[in-house]
Amino acid sequence: MQPKPAEEIACCEPSYGPQSSPYERSGYRLCLFVEDFVQTPVRPVPKVKTDLSSIDIFGTIKTRLNISRMNYKVAPGLYCVGNPNPKSPVLVTANYKLTFDVLRKQLSGLDVWILVLDTQGINVWCSAGKRIFSTEEVVRSVRHSCLDQVVAHRKLILPQLSATGVSAQQVKKGCGFEVVWGPVRANDIKPFLDNGMKAEPEMRQVTFSFRERVVLIPVELTQILKPLLWLIVIAFLLSGIGWDVFSIKAAWLRGLMLIAAAVTGIISGAVLAPAFLPWIPTRTFALKGGITGLITGAGIVWLLWEKLDGWGALGLIFCTLAISSYMAMNFTGSTPFTSMSGVEKEMRKAIPLQMIAGLMAVVVWVGSAFAR
Amino acid sequence: MKDFRYLSGVSTLKLDDASCVGCGMCEIVCPHRVMTVENHKAKVVDHDGCMECGACATNCPSNAIAVTPGVGCAAAIISTWLKGKEASSCSGVKCC
Ligand code: SF4
Ligand code: SF4
Repeated sequence: MQPKPAEEIACCEPSYGPQSSPYERSGYRLCLFVEDFVQTPVRPVPKVKTDLSSIDIFGTIKTRLNISRMNYKVAPGLYCVGNPNPKSPVLVTANYKLTFDVLRKQLSGLDVWILVLDTQGINVWCSAGKRIFSTEEVVRSVRHSCLDQVVAHRKLILPQLSATGVSAQQVKKGCGFEVVWGPVRANDIKPFLDNGMKAEPEMRQVTFSFRERVVLIPVELTQILKPLLWLIVIAFLLSGIGWDVFSIKAAWLRGLMLIAAAVTGIISGAVLAPAFLPWIPTRTFALKGGITGLITGAGIVWLLWEKLDGWGALGLIFCTLAISSYMAMNFTGSTPFTSMSGVEKEMRKAIPLQMIAGLMAVVVWVGSAFAR
Repeated sequence: MKDFRYLSGVSTLKLDDASCVGCGMCEIVCPHRVMTVENHKAKVVDHDGCMECGACATNCPSNAIAVTPGVGCAAAIISTWLKGKEASSCSGVKCC
């Protein structure tokens, strides 16, 4: 169905939909998180629930596991919570469903408007970094939702982390609304509003707690699944090389050991390093991963000691080390405190070393087959 | 963040004292409390805490702040190295 201009919808509202619910429309399905509609001079605005249903929670788990994560969104536009009036505050947010859920969960008992921007299903921080959560998008959404007819005041509360993409000054120029920078985290919104829209210094600072780090790990792991398949094939091929040119038996037995070392490296760099991030010495991520890789590599060698000789053990440690360091370096993108200049500096030093370690792993491992 | 320190002396952040009008915007938007405003002048108090997000520069009304904004993401940087600035962005890399 073609979208209709606001006026037209507003004027023929009563004749819309079947009698059981005036909000049902052909071709649309009512979102489960919408509990009712609130009348405004422009159009009825969906009122959303502040508790999450099992479907929302299932959706959150799915995205955290990287299953259709890139297409988990809510339709952009104006929503509300409670019974807002023209004086109620307007919270602006991204249309990533996870972000939307986190926000509405914190709004129980409040009467507020929520303006959801079209950030292409990306969270606030990342979409602002890409300039999708931008000045233009804020201005466009304010205009498109006819917000000036819904509320009497001229203030928008934006999440602080969107400041990367949004210029408060330009928003004011573009649509007449003043930007008030809200807290970084949604769970500080209530105190922020109670405090007369003032944020305490702690509310202005990003954190990266153990929990915040751990929830990111599954996505890191799913991204390595495809390369891991290649790694497995290569591991079997390399492990079969020996005095008999190629031995299937060696490929299988020694291959399994090499794969164990590689998987250990992945876990070390993508699980242990992120989880224990602040407690591992050194600031460089590649080094952090190197440290965990050395420890876990030594662990795997200890477990397989009966079946290894000195060279073989060394090869496995190199393998775990290289992979762990690389995986940990890739975690930089998931943290909220690494600068591009810093990551680039780190990579210029780390990548050659990781390549050497990887090459050493191959040379020593294949060589160890001839040392028998 | 005090628990998390990244490399020192790398940030491209620069503050031009002369053009600062002391509005305090940079102090509000910075997620790492890099700036404070005292006596109507902004001051960089934690240069190494800067992650080059660019929020301060985007919101400074007098263009007193210069910083090369970027994402500190190894995967994105690798794809920039391989494919060039245009093709990279994060859409190719599924980071965030
Ligand atoms: S935002 Fe710009 S003008 Fe305002 S205090 Fe900071 S540096 Fe000065
Ligand atoms: S670039 Fe970002 S982290 Fe650095 S000073 Fe500006 S707002 Fe703070």
